[in-house]
Amino acid sequence: MIAAPTTAPEIRPVRLRRITVRAFRSYPARRLGKAVLTVYLVATGTFFLVRMLPGNPVEVFINTQMSQYGVSYQEAASQAAGLFSFDPSRPLLVQYGEYLAGMAHGDFGHSLLAPGTTVLDIVFSYLPWTVFSVGLGVLLSCGLGSLLGMLMAYRRGGWLDHALSLIGSLLHSIPNYLLAMLIVVFLGVRLEILPIAQMRGAYSPGVTPEFSFDFISDAMYHASLPITVYVLTTIGGWMLVMKASTVETLGEDYVTVARARGLPDRRIAASYVGRNAVLPVFPQLAITLGFVVGGSILVEQVFQYQGIGFLLLQSVQRRDYPVLQGILLIVTIAVVAANLVSDLLYSRLDPRVRGAGGEGS
Amino acid sequence: MTALMRSKAGFAGFVVFCLMVLLAVLGPLFTPGHLVTDVTAVYQPPSGAHLLGTDSEGRDIAIQMINGGRSVILVGVLAGVISTGIAIAFGSLGAYLGGWVDSLIVSVTDIVLTVPQIILLAVLASLYTLDSPWLLAVIIGGFAWPYLLRSVRAQVFSLKEREYVEAARLLDLGTPHVLFREILPNMGAFILMNFVVTMTNAIYALVGLYFLGLAPIVDDNWGAMLNKAWTRGAIFYSDSLFYVLAPVLAISILQLSLVTMTRSFEEILNPRLRQS
Repeated sequence: MIAAPTTAPEIRPVRLRRITVRAFRSYPARRLGKAVLTVYLVATGTFFLVRMLPGNPVEVFINTQMSQYGVSYQEAASQAAGLFSFDPSRPLLVQYGEYLAGMAHGDFGHSLLAPGTTVLDIVFSYLPWTVFSVGLGVLLSCGLGSLLGMLMAYRRGGWLDHALSLIGSLLHSIPNYLLAMLIVVFLGVRLEILPIAQMRGAYSPGVTPEFSFDFISDAMYHASLPITVYVLTTIGGWMLVMKASTVETLGEDYVTVARARGLPDRRIAASYVGRNAVLPVFPQLAITLGFVVGGSILVEQVFQYQGIGFLLLQSVQRRDYPVLQGILLIVTIAVVAANLVSDLLYSRLDPRVRGAGGEGS
Repeated sequence: MTALMRSKAGFAGFVVFCLMVLLAVLGPLFTPGHLVTDVTAVYQPPSGAHLLGTDSEGRDIAIQMINGGRSVILVGVLAGVISTGIAIAFGSLGAYLGGWVDSLIVSVTDIVLTVPQIILLAVLASLYTLDSPWLLAVIIGGFAWPYLLRSVRAQVFSLKEREYVEAARLLDLGTPHVLFREILPNMGAFILMNFVVTMTNAIYALVGLYFLGLAPIVDDNWGAMLNKAWTRGAIFYSDSLFYVLAPVLAISILQLSLVTMTRSFEEILNPRLRQS
């Protein structure tokens, strides 16, 4: 590195630059920048992906309108422009600009099949159910798995450790949608323990969404199967992460010192071992969340649970491209936001991340 | 490979996996490739003639099981090769060269990592017809590399500070030589482990796509069988239980064998876990 020779009049700009550089280098700012960039790139990617299709959905729409309803090309094209929130006859760059501007205002276009309904409205009527079931499932399994993992580390080599590792591995290996299928086939159809048909959907017909005990218990009833599947298939991973990390922490000097000082075991486990061992669990949380949201497409399909995955498959089957595009974007935004929050929280919990520039995982 | 032998569970997983691959590769040579539809034998229970019963078109399920493994495993292996290749090439390059190359690679990785894969795959599958196993492998493998890349990068970071690497660099042996002759051979077990992990994920995604009917069903692979069993109501007939159960079990056993292999690799690479 060659230091630039500094002269008196140059001091001010240099200092100003240093401040902006520092602001840019600050961890939250950089992290936020990356999140915005991710969303922007995915939006751009989907924009060009849909337009570079061999059968451009806009053209397909115009053709079906013309052949089925006998409307003129002009009319069909203007309808398409309204629905897709872009006009295929204009230059691509202009369309791209308008698309981004629309997105910034939360305008993701309109559904093809339910004209007049915005994509945002549709997505937001399904998304909460996925957020609810996946969120609760992952949190439950993370909490339970971490506790079990710690227990396994304390009793390592014992029968409990072996039994839990075996069960964890077994459940971890079965793809979550296959486990869901097995539940439906055996508990639902074969043994008739669960009223599978009744449990379909996000809530029972006749129950209105409101903040009441009846509604919440009904929603829990319908979400219980997806949640069970998410918990069972992810809990093995948490147990392993927590066990490895606890074993590592138990070997640390400060734990030995705490023991030597004669602190009660319970206190050591809670404030010395647990607090440090739980750190690697946090980055894992965001990753698992992303994975489970993806897998929810499959699980929701098996249980006919009306979340975002259900909507996605429906839109694929009906070729509702604006909704598809909207789902991909909104889910990406949600996952990016979850990652952002978890990373920022993690940098509060573990200050080492901030200093090291958050790299070198 | 010798490392695998040391762990009992890992070895068992390896043996099971090899048996399944053998069955999937050699099995179809002994079975009729095209099964004739027989409407008089729809959803038959297991019998001497049909070991696992018949499906909704009266075709033998056992034969479909033998024929159906090939494309699933093929796509898994191919996707694993593709994503491992990308991860090793760019991960080691980034870590070794550092500077803006590294920052660029890390940023791209972080971005690909946050996009929900299955949803992206579903959208892609709805836009394009993914009828060849090669295309499926390219698309699945093309998005499965970020984790591996991160760990390859971290690994190369620590290896490049070792003395023998420094010696090679001082001898001016050139970046390709140092990377491929000095650094990567020392990561064999590590790369193999991640290859297995990628395969596991690829098979998860692939069977998922088939199950949802997003990948066109052109042959009788396990995923397609699941899809048909599910959509044609086989779950409601007690005689056709094996139509659902056989592919579920086959896929689960395949995944389990891969996961146990991964676990024993992990134990070898991370001695702290072995102590337990």
